[in-house]
Amino acid sequence: MTETIIETASPPRPDSTLKKLGKSILLLKESRIGMFGGFLVLFWVVIAIIVPLLPLQDPLAITRNAVLKGLFYTDPRQVFHYLGTDNLGRDILSRLLWGSRLVLFWSCAATIVAYAVGMLLGVIAGYKGGWWDEIISFIGNVLLSFPLLVLYLVILTNFGANSQAGLWLKHMLGVGPAVISGVMIIVAVMFGTAPQVARIVRGLVLDLKTRDYIAAAEVRGESPLYIMLVELLPNARGPLIVDACLRLGYVAITIALLGFLGLGLPPPDPDWGKMINEARSWGSMGMNAMLWPAFAISSLVLGLNLLADGIREISLRD
Amino acid sequence: MLRLAGKRLASMILIMLTISFILFSIFEGDKLNVATKVLGQYTTMDQRLLWLEQNGYNEPFLTRYVHWLYHFIQGDFGTSIQFQAPVAQLIGEALYNTGILAFWVFTITIAISMVLGVLSGIAEGSKRDRTITVLSVLTTSVPEFASATIFVAIFVFWLNILPGTSPFTSGFRWNEIVLPVLVLVTYNFGYYTRMMRASMAEVMTSQYVRTAILKGLPYKRVVMRHALRNALIAPFTVMVLQLNYLLSGVIVTEVFFAYKGFGLFLYQSAMFGDIYAVEACTMVAVFVAVLSQFISDVGYTVLNPRIRFS
Repeated sequence: MTETIIETASPPRPDSTLKKLGKSILLLKESRIGMFGGFLVLFWVVIAIIVPLLPLQDPLAITRNAVLKGLFYTDPRQVFHYLGTDNLGRDILSRLLWGSRLVLFWSCAATIVAYAVGMLLGVIAGYKGGWWDEIISFIGNVLLSFPLLVLYLVILTNFGANSQAGLWLKHMLGVGPAVISGVMIIVAVMFGTAPQVARIVRGLVLDLKTRDYIAAAEVRGESPLYIMLVELLPNARGPLIVDACLRLGYVAITIALLGFLGLGLPPPDPDWGKMINEARSWGSMGMNAMLWPAFAISSLVLGLNLLADGIREISLRD
Repeated sequence: MLRLAGKRLASMILIMLTISFILFSIFEGDKLNVATKVLGQYTTMDQRLLWLEQNGYNEPFLTRYVHWLYHFIQGDFGTSIQFQAPVAQLIGEALYNTGILAFWVFTITIAISMVLGVLSGIAEGSKRDRTITVLSVLTTSVPEFASATIFVAIFVFWLNILPGTSPFTSGFRWNEIVLPVLVLVTYNFGYYTRMMRASMAEVMTSQYVRTAILKGLPYKRVVMRHALRNALIAPFTVMVLQLNYLLSGVIVTEVFFAYKGFGLFLYQSAMFGDIYAVEACTMVAVFVAVLSQFISDVGYTVLNPRIRFS
């Protein structure tokens, strides 16, 4: 506990965060499963970053007389497709890898927004108590009473990119339909996820606020905002990191799932759920185009889940 | 006990009322939008205004809400725009089909996760425990639409032993329900197994189990009689709460296999903009979720006498 006071009181040295990060990565080596998960996640993150540099076909280029072909197919224009082509003759490998960018970007953005809102509400509910707690907890309970997908369906069919609200937003901001869809998905995920985060944070804060260093800060005359953001939240980070990892996996599933249900990012951008949906109506012919995105989303989520497991295992050890 | 149940019941009703108000505002707040949805895109403004007048939409918003709620509670959900039939009847049929699906999923999932959870929980850290844990993480990581794709590839196109869709066009058929059940069980059993495992492992380290073993009781009997019963309390609440998540999975699976259940009906209604059907479906879904929360809360106090005093 004394450590925490020193940590927050003295300005952090520039290399401390980097060193800490390095240390925690080294720690991960002790959990083989966690390592494997970390590698899977790292693989997709690296792919998502370097995909513009890879020698891939154009993910949107349509080849009319080379649709739904299998592995290692060379089309009439002598273009080679490693994983074959989809129902419009587009290169599956290229769409798969570009899709990782979309899925990772939007799921990270949605998770960060949901976390920011959830942590803020949770820390207010836990620290302020009283009416704040009552109101925030009630809103949370209302939102958590919706089965998640039902909540997303209600929000996105009424306020999605093609609704009046979406069109108005598009007009006001002057951005394309893809951005509007993404923003609306973030808002929907926020409504579904933030209450869960708030509930966890509230529980952690209720425990933390009885500690001596909070009393010390109050006696020092720190503002409630300072206590909440600087004293309470950083000390609640342990369980939150594991939860964020798992949550990111759920959100990635959600993004792909909304794509599958036709509520995700608009075509022709490749997201994994939409790739499955587009190939689905072709039956056995579409199987090749369907299986790859299914493997992709599964491996990403598996990586995140194993990583969370590894982190939890290590944090429980000491 | 009764006070707790009463308190929970009151908050449950308050939540349902709040949600019904929010839904009504979203779907019927803009009455011209309702008229457009019901009469179709290609009607004139005069027709829409006439329809609004005839159907009592010119009352103040709150009056309309109370009126709607009054009918809703009595089971009058209105007429589906898409299917031109009473929503209550359509939901009834859909819920019946989903009930069959959910029953099998729940039964099989609980059976598998109990066996696996106990097997790994009584030998924490063993090779068997590790294998089961990895298996449950692996299966929970594959979302329903991905596992459905993989299972269809294996059982429908490769082995050719099961149908790829479940429309029940010629009545109920067993082989059409196998894949949806398989998909949902695969996604859900891992979570339950881990709950069961954690609970079992905790109970196995408790004093009374140690005493029972040291007393010389047969190991099997200690596990089945002393440990398992107490280990079931915590997973029970979680399993009931999981109903909420199961419903999300049911929607995806039903859409994938065109299984004519509640999830598919809800999805089709939402995509079509079938206002009355979506309102009713959402309320039913929320009711199931809130009810399961209620059962889990009250059930926990019934099962665990220790918290009655706190």
